[in-house]
Formats: sequence, structure tokens, C-alpha cells
Amino acid sequence: MDIMELLRSLIELNLGEYLLSVGTATWIVDLIGVMTLATVCMILVIFLIWLERKVIARMQDRIGPNRVGGKYGLLQPVSDATKLLSKELITPAGADRIPYNLAPILIVVASLLTWAVIPVAPGVVGVDLNIGVFYILAISSVSVVTFLLAGWGSNNKYALLGAFRAVAQMVSYEVPMIVALLVPILLARSMSTVDIVEAQGIPFIIVVPLSALIFFISALAETGRTPFDLLEADSEIVAGFHIEYSGMKFAMFFLAEFLGTLFMSAFFVVIYLGGYRFFGLENLTIGHLHIGPLLGFIVFSTKVFLVYFVFIWIRATLPRVRVDQLLDFNWKFLVPLSLVLLLTVAVMDKLFLADANAVTKAAVLMVTNIVVGWVTIEILRWRDRDGETAVVPDVVDDAHEAVAAH
Amino acid sequence: MIPMSWYLLFAAALFSIGLYGVMARRNTVAILMSVELLLNAVNINLVTFWRYLTPDRSVGMAWAVFVLAVAAAEAAVGLALIISVYRNRDSVVAEELDVLRN
Amino acid sequence: MFEQVFFIFVAVVTLGFALIVVTNKNLFHAALALMGTFLGVAIIYVTLGAGFLAMAQLLVYIGAISILIIFAIMMTRHMMSAEEAAFNSQAGLSLFTAVAFFVLVAYVFISYWPTTPADAMLATMTPVDPAILENSVVALGQSFVSPNAYVLPFEVASVMLLAALVGSIFIAKPRLKEDEA
Repeated sequence: MDIMELLRSLIELNLGEYLLSVGTATWIVDLIGVMTLATVCMILVIFLIWLERKVIARMQDRIGPNRVGGKYGLLQPVSDATKLLSKELITPAGADRIPYNLAPILIVVASLLTWAVIPVAPGVVGVDLNIGVFYILAISSVSVVTFLLAGWGSNNKYALLGAFRAVAQMVSYEVPMIVALLVPILLARSMSTVDIVEAQGIPFIIVVPLSALIFFISALAETGRTPFDLLEADSEIVAGFHIEYSGMKFAMFFLAEFLGTLFMSAFFVVIYLGGYRFFGLENLTIGHLHIGPLLGFIVFSTKVFLVYFVFIWIRATLPRVRVDQLLDFNWKFLVPLSLVLLLTVAVMDKLFLADANAVTKAAVLMVTNIVVGWVTIEILRWRDRDGETAVVPDVVDDAHEAVAAH
Repeated sequence: MIPMSWYLLFAAALFSIGLYGVMARRNTVAILMSVELLLNAVNINLVTFWRYLTPDRSVGMAWAVFVLAVAAAEAAVGLALIISVYRNRDSVVAEELDVLRN
Repeated sequence: MFEQVFFIFVAVVTLGFALIVVTNKNLFHAALALMGTFLGVAIIYVTLGAGFLAMAQLLVYIGAISILIIFAIMMTRHMMSAEEAAFNSQAGLSLFTAVAFFVLVAYVFISYWPTTPADAMLATMTPVDPAILENSVVALGQSFVSPNAYVLPFEVASVMLLAALVGSIFIAKPRLKEDEA
């Protein structure tokens, strides 16, 4: 147990290999890795709750929590968690025991499982599956089932209705997400997250910005954030499918939502922003010390928090959409657009760019994306030329006529 | 090392449970769930034979993926039919849907 | 040794869930047990080295078909549905048939299993070169678009899925009152 070697392996983010070389069993090293990942994620959520409240408050020109734990309210989430822990766990009469109790557990499990394939630093990834992105999509699909469990197990009509709406939204927005994700997979020629990060000499958000936009919107809807948060808005359906949960079980749903948002930010960073890459900084070696992984981890964290800030920003800014607007937007706009985008990128990549270097490829694909986006907007504008959009109901026109008649 | 016969026995057991469900249940939705069990058993058989006999060729996997796709389509259409029948006859019990009998 | 214990455990749990599916009166519990069965089958696919198919199973069966079944259960239940009997009049005969079928197949597998050295590879899982298994996803993808392989069934399957999509939406649409008049 050489202390210097241990410290060096910690700085180089190589603890697993050091432990293996010392002689620890493989399964103990795996267990340490799994527990580190799960613990770090959950502790980070506490910080994220504070961050969200402060940022939204500042955007709304107020201060936010500033009483608990000093001037900045740093211990506010701790007091929130203590409050939730101390509440009584009330089970509604007639509730189905097994689904009711299984739902909060399953939703946290599903939110944590997806973190296994996110590369946080060069060489530091839970498991480098050759179908990494597909694994993430499958687990996100499974987590949709937990809403039904929660809604049915509560023995409450409103919970059931909220669960149906939540499931409809989640299942609908998976389609453009999957099709938009196919574009970077196509460009990187692999479904493995590590391969996608390594293939981003130029980050994919610059090469295929339209695909990044579609994925971002679908991710907003998948995690249930504003503007797609009618699942749990107090003014819509009184907290939706988790009405009947109190105390720690409600905290599980809360935790799962924040974990999901953090995961979507990390996923976006890995797929579109180049993961831990930053102009070769992740390969830096100073003398004997291979400091690249640590710098890569810092770069990755910065990018993730930037994207998370954009999530919070959108929540503080945009109003909520109605449920029929939500589904219209998905099926009549996002799905056709993502399909056309995939087709265009595939054709351009195969036919015209088979033997071009990276910069030419990136430039041509970016121009293609912008052209597709511009053509879409022109089509929408042309359809709207007489004020007949498909989404706004006739109520507004009738109201105008009624007012004009007086 | 798991012998191939274990997987095949497991698939056969799943298939017979599904067979019992299809023949013995009253509710049509339950019959459809048992049909899904049958299709899953078949898929396990296909993948077992792929893995043990021809892992370098993609025939077994491709066939299994097609079975998956057909099962999904059949479940969707079957459930749509059940919902439509429920609207018209107000019952989904298979024994009571006997308008065409005699 | 560990693999065998793991396989037996997963197989027994999956068969237990399957039994709950075919015997439980409460349809919602049966649907939940069906999801458990699908999860068990996905784990079996992983032990067989078909990771892609396992993820596809999770995505399609648990993420879509199970939800569809639960929606259909919700939409087709009476207000008091707990008193319905689960089995119809031919339950005893079908139990006998299913058990007889399983016993016949198990007998064939166990007693007529080949034991000659040439077929010894069927007795244990041949350690396949991991590169072949890694490459299986790529080989699958190429087989779906290669004209010498399965591009035609692939295209036919996509048309079939489109037909199923449009057809099921049309069949399940509620008729408007004016149509019935």
C-alpha cells in the first residue's frame, strides 16, 4: 500500500487499476466504482436543488433562500430533506400495496442505471458498452412504466389521469429523441458513448445543430421540465401522479426528476458538446504526472453545469404548453422534421462526403442543417400566411368577433 | 458452462405456460398477454440456436428481431380490436363473444 | 458454477412471473407480472451474449407493449370487475395439454440429447471469440441492408408496422355520433 502510488492514482483518476494491481478482487473494485457513482450523483442533487432555487429567483428579480445556513441559504436543501424525512408516510385507503411502494424505488433505480455509460473523463466510464446509447434509450423507456405504477397504486382518479398524461407525453417524445440521436450515431459510426466522444474533433453541436436542438427539446419533455411540465403543475392537475405520496416517497420522485435532468445534461454534453474534450487538454501530461483525466473531468463538469443552467433558464422563462399543443407539436412538427433531417444527413454523408476531411464535412453538414431548418420555417410561415395556424384555437377569433360586435 | 438444453427447456416451459394461458383464460386481454409469452419463448429458442450453432452469422438474430417487430404490430392491432369489440358488445370475455355461432 | 446458479435463479423467477400472468384474476397484477417476465427474458438474452436484442426487448416490450396492454385493461374494465372468474370451462383439459406438451419436449431434450464427441459442442457454451460477439451488432445491421441478405424482409416489416399503426388507430377510434345516426 504505497501512499504515493495511491495518491498518484487518485489524481490520475486511475484508482481501479491501482487497486487491481495491488491485488483486490475485481468485484470489489467494481462495487467501489458503482457506489462512488451513485453516491456522488445523489449528493450532487442536493446542491442542484439549491442552485435551481437561487438561479430562478435571480431571474425573477428576487433573492431566493437566504436564511438557512448563512447569507446564501446553502443549507436550505438540507432542511428541505429533513422536513421530508420527518413527514408521516400516509398510505391511501384501498391503495394497491405493491405498485404503490414499488414505484418510487423503481424510478430512482432507473434514473441511476443510465449513468453507467457516461464517460466523465478519458478512460473513466462505468462500462464501455458497444450499444451504450441504445442502453440509455432502453432504460429511459422502462422508467415510463413507473408512472403507471404510481398512478394505479394510488387508487385516485386524478393520479390515474395524471399518470396517463405523463405516459402519453413520455412515450410520444421518445420518438423524435431516438431519431435525432441517430444522427450523431451515424456520424460517429458507433453506438458507444466513448466512441462518440472520441469522434468529435469538431463538436457535433456545430456539425448538426438542428439535431442538437431536436434532442434538447425532446429531453426537456422527457424529464418533464417546463415548458412541458403539465404533469406536475399545481394549477393543472394538483401534482399529477404523485399526489398520494408523502414524505420520503415523494422525495424519491423529486430526486428522480433532478437526477433525470442532470443525466440529460450529461448525455447532451457527451453526444453533442464533445464530452470531456477541450482542444487536447484531456491528454496533458506534466512530467511524470498524467494530469489529463482530472482536467478532462473538470471540463466535463463545467460543460454539464452550463447545459444544466440552460435547463433552469428555460424553466424560468417559458410558459407551459397545453396538453393538445404538446402532442400536436410532437407528432406534427418534431417527428417529420427529425425524419427529414436524418434522411438528409445520411444522404449527404454517404453520397457527397465519403472522402472529405473533417472540416469540410462539418461545414457541409452544418449548412445542410441550416437549410433544412430554414426551409421548415418558411413552410410554416407560408401555411400561416392567412393567420390559420393549426395550433391556436378559434376561441381567440370568436372572442374578437364578439368584442367587435358590441 | 450452461448446456444448451437448459435454455431450450426454459423456453419450452415458458411456451407451455403461455399455451395454458391462451386456452384457459376467459378475458381476451389475458389471452393476448399469454400470446406474448408464446412469442417470447420462441425468441429465446431462436437466440439460443444462434448463439450455440452459428454465432458468426446473423440469421438467428435477424429472425429474432423480426419476431419482435411482428409481435409488437400484432399486439397493437389485437388490442385495438379488443377495444373496438368492448365498445360495441360491452364485454371482453371470450366466451360471450359468440354472435357468429350456429 | 456461478453462471449456472444465476441462470437457474433467473429462469425460476421468470417462470414464476409467467405463472402469475396466466393465473391471476386481477388483470393489472397480471400485466405487472408480464413486465417481470419480459425483464427476466431480457436478462437471459444478456447471458446468451445478445445484448442488442436484450435492449430492444426492454424498449419494445416493456416500454411500449406493456403500456399498451395496461391502457387496454383500463379501457375495457367494468366498474366491478373483481368477481369475474379467471378460467373458462376447458381449464382442466388445457392444463393437461400444456403439461403433457412440456413433458414430451423435456423427455426429447433430455434422453435423445446427442452425446457423440462431434456434437459435444452442444453440451456446453462454446467459448466464442469475443470479437465475433462484439461484431454481431454490425453484422446484424449489414444483414438488414445488404441485397444478398435481409433487406427485403426489413422493408416489408417496416411497411407492415406502418399498416399496423394506421390500422390500429383506425379500428380503435371512437365513432362520432353523426356516423351512427
